[in-house]
Amino acid sequence: MRNTKSTQLIFELSRSGRRAHLLPPADVPNVDLGSVLPSGALADAPPPLPELAEGDVVRHFTNLSTLNMSVDTHFYPLGSCTMKYNPKRNERLASLPGLVDVHPYQPESTIQGLLEILWNVQNDFAEISGLPAVSLQPAAGAHGELAALMVAAAHFRKLGQHRPNVLAPDSSHGTNPASAKMAGFETITVKSGANGLVDLNDLRSKVNEKTAVFMITNPSTLGLFDTQIKEIAEIVHSHGGLIYLDGANMNAILGITRPGDFGADMMHYNPHKTFSGPHGGGGPGAGPICVRDFLAPYLPAPTVGRKGDTYYLDQGGSDSVGRVRSFFGNVGVLLRAFFYIRSLGGSGLKEVSENAVLNANYLLSRVRHILPVPHGNRCMHEFVASASNLKKEKGISAMDLAKRLLDFGFHAPTVYFPLTVPEAVMVEPTETESKEMMDAFVEALFRITGESADLLHEAPHTTKISRPDEVTAARKPVMKWTAS
Amino acid sequence: MLQAIGAASVAELFESIPSELRLNRPLAIPPALSEIELTQHAKKLAGKNLGAETATCFLGGGAYDHFIPAVVDSLASRGEFYTSYTPYQPEVSQGNLQVMFEYETLICQLTGMDVSNASLYDGASATVEAALMCLAQNDGRRKVVVPESLHPEYRMCLKTYFQWIGAELVEVATPEGTLDLQAWTNAIDSQTACVILPQPNFFGIVEDLKPFAAVAKSAGASVVACVDAISLGILDKPSNWSADVVVAEGQSLGNPLQYGGPYLGILACREAFVRRLPGRIAGQTIDRSGKRCWVLTLQTREQHIRREKATSNICTNQGLFALRAAIYLSLLGPQGLKETALLCGQKAHYLKQQITSAPRYSIAFDGATWCEFVVRDQSGDVAGTLEYLQSKGILGGIPLGQWYPELSDCFLVAVTEKRTKCELDSYVAALKHLSVGAFVTNA
Repeated sequence: MRNTKSTQLIFELSRSGRRAHLLPPADVPNVDLGSVLPSGALADAPPPLPELAEGDVVRHFTNLSTLNMSVDTHFYPLGSCTMKYNPKRNERLASLPGLVDVHPYQPESTIQGLLEILWNVQNDFAEISGLPAVSLQPAAGAHGELAALMVAAAHFRKLGQHRPNVLAPDSSHGTNPASAKMAGFETITVKSGANGLVDLNDLRSKVNEKTAVFMITNPSTLGLFDTQIKEIAEIVHSHGGLIYLDGANMNAILGITRPGDFGADMMHYNPHKTFSGPHGGGGPGAGPICVRDFLAPYLPAPTVGRKGDTYYLDQGGSDSVGRVRSFFGNVGVLLRAFFYIRSLGGSGLKEVSENAVLNANYLLSRVRHILPVPHGNRCMHEFVASASNLKKEKGISAMDLAKRLLDFGFHAPTVYFPLTVPEAVMVEPTETESKEMMDAFVEALFRITGESADLLHEAPHTTKISRPDEVTAARKPVMKWTAS
Repeated sequence: MLQAIGAASVAELFESIPSELRLNRPLAIPPALSEIELTQHAKKLAGKNLGAETATCFLGGGAYDHFIPAVVDSLASRGEFYTSYTPYQPEVSQGNLQVMFEYETLICQLTGMDVSNASLYDGASATVEAALMCLAQNDGRRKVVVPESLHPEYRMCLKTYFQWIGAELVEVATPEGTLDLQAWTNAIDSQTACVILPQPNFFGIVEDLKPFAAVAKSAGASVVACVDAISLGILDKPSNWSADVVVAEGQSLGNPLQYGGPYLGILACREAFVRRLPGRIAGQTIDRSGKRCWVLTLQTREQHIRREKATSNICTNQGLFALRAAIYLSLLGPQGLKETALLCGQKAHYLKQQITSAPRYSIAFDGATWCEFVVRDQSGDVAGTLEYLQSKGILGGIPLGQWYPELSDCFLVAVTEKRTKCELDSYVAALKHLSVGAFVTNA
């Protein structure tokens, strides 16, 4: 039974004079700060925040939480996002005193245990990627892309080479071209062939001495391992360019193949995907980057070094691109990655990818009897089906399918991405789902495609709200509550 | 499952990976640990660190040991919040979307701005993004003017980003710890896209920034305020001193120190800047039956729609930490925030006054301070002072010489509402002990 009051905003629950968190009385002699601080800098009154009792706050946010689908409550096959189970042990361990309460400016002698963990995380990331130099500083995948592109730019600046272009496939994440622009590059799009892989002729026609970096997602957003990757790397390298691997899909290849071994010079990880960091309703993530040795001098600093048994912060040299954020990095996310990697060990990580790929292929083998999968009968960790025929024949779109799946208790797959597949439905089950769960998903999908278009256009029917009016939201934006 | 797939083995599923590209050895990563072993291992490593729960923490510099009410941890650890993702399906994400909308409103209440996004990575990246917004808004202008009293790592980040986009960072010296109106005015010209004004500044000093903002405004530049979120319990909203964009590090609002991250980048602006605002924004709308609800809005600013034409490359936000901040601010309310800010200020003042009774130490700057201030060790042995304090279980301060060579005899001390008079007195006693026999010049 749902508590409907929870739809009220916290501001509407506010009553003047209510308090939750009480402060102790001052135990030092009273000072009139009003006379100490410049009067022109002081507020007349504190900000008009809501006033609530502690129980009000708890009930409000608890009720709000029940309006979400989450990995803990539902199958969440959101392609490209790797919504795997987030082990509870990692939450508890990352919150241990000595890890959660460490200030970023503490002396190195007081954080040797933490630096040891971070040093090990660097080494593990280097081992898994086959790229030896690591910076843990970037705060998210897109932030890692940007930092790595700056590393590339600094490298070419040092060489005295003017290389203004970044190449990226048409199926790439939107962050790729957006990051390239922030690092001062122009993006040139490389076409995919009919098989979903990079069109080598198109690549050859676009790569030249102005190419700094080719950004490739491999396995791709279509869930395909680009078999031509070695040739792609040779083409780009022969023109003096670098290969950047968008590591969003590392969940498919842990311990099976390594970006450094298939030609990548730089990459980022999304530890919140591959290494089970919880997604937090949109973040935090982390975006550590790994590069080849010759690019190491340009990495953002500090990194963790070891001398004998002592760990220290290496502040980098004058070639470093500089800081991309304050303090060390998203340590909380990196700790969870460390605990995840230690829980599984080297062979366990390989099993993660084997099971992720097995699950995806099983789901593909069943879904393709319901929706066509344009790029083949096999996939890596995810696949992209198309609702194109369904739309033509019955007027049922990928969006309709997505919305109706919610009624059946499944989070929707990613839809309308990648842009190269019409009415795209991108499914990533991850390794932590059972066969029974995937069968139930297929069963639901099958039933839905037999339902009437009218019913589907109005879906979802069982959720707290029906489809929101996003057009009005954008045209007449209301982005904060105001007292009426 | 293999039968359904029509594959003979799992290995067959990886056939698309050319065999010469395979890793033909196991990963060199230690073997798996059970939960019991892992817990023992983690505790051993954690035990080698001296955290703020064990030591007495006087470190600040942009990250503070404020108290976190139990309710924050309890609510934020609900799996429905922390194991969900970006609300791409609003019908099953109303919890997160409403929290985002409430967070945005709370940030507007705090800063006086019209619009807030749903958060960025940290205070430094929010500062960079604010500068990029102003550079885009004031097209053609390529300079950003900041005082050296802006957080040194924030200035480093600005430099990192600017070197690739042809923007220039102009840094105005603050030798007395505060801004000089003449030097400030001289630095601003018709090429200035924006200025960034810290309040309090990195040295903890609170200034009346209205005249400095006015100079920027009269030159046609935008004003970015970089503020401490807790201080807004007693300090004036940046909207009242002409800020167009406000940034802050949101760690203070119920988020743990955890060695620097994840933190919470707060970014809010006036209406005129909204199309330049990076990151997710939740907006209010209605569903098909007219019911009030929330969605991600103005997505045409974003990378997944606009690719290279997006306002920023940002994709993820810090949703979980924005949630924690929203819970924290809801728990404190106006009075709680004010009392927290007052307690920090009063305790800091007590310590600041008492320290001068230790002859070896003095207060470096005359400027009025709130919860943080700069101490000068007249013997110049800052490392010795901090090591001694550490031996007494006190994380005593941040040496400033690493960023300000002229302040190599100084350290930065922060006091939060958690510090007790007893802890403050122990700090002073330690400094007095270090002053015995010290050679002191009282010029």
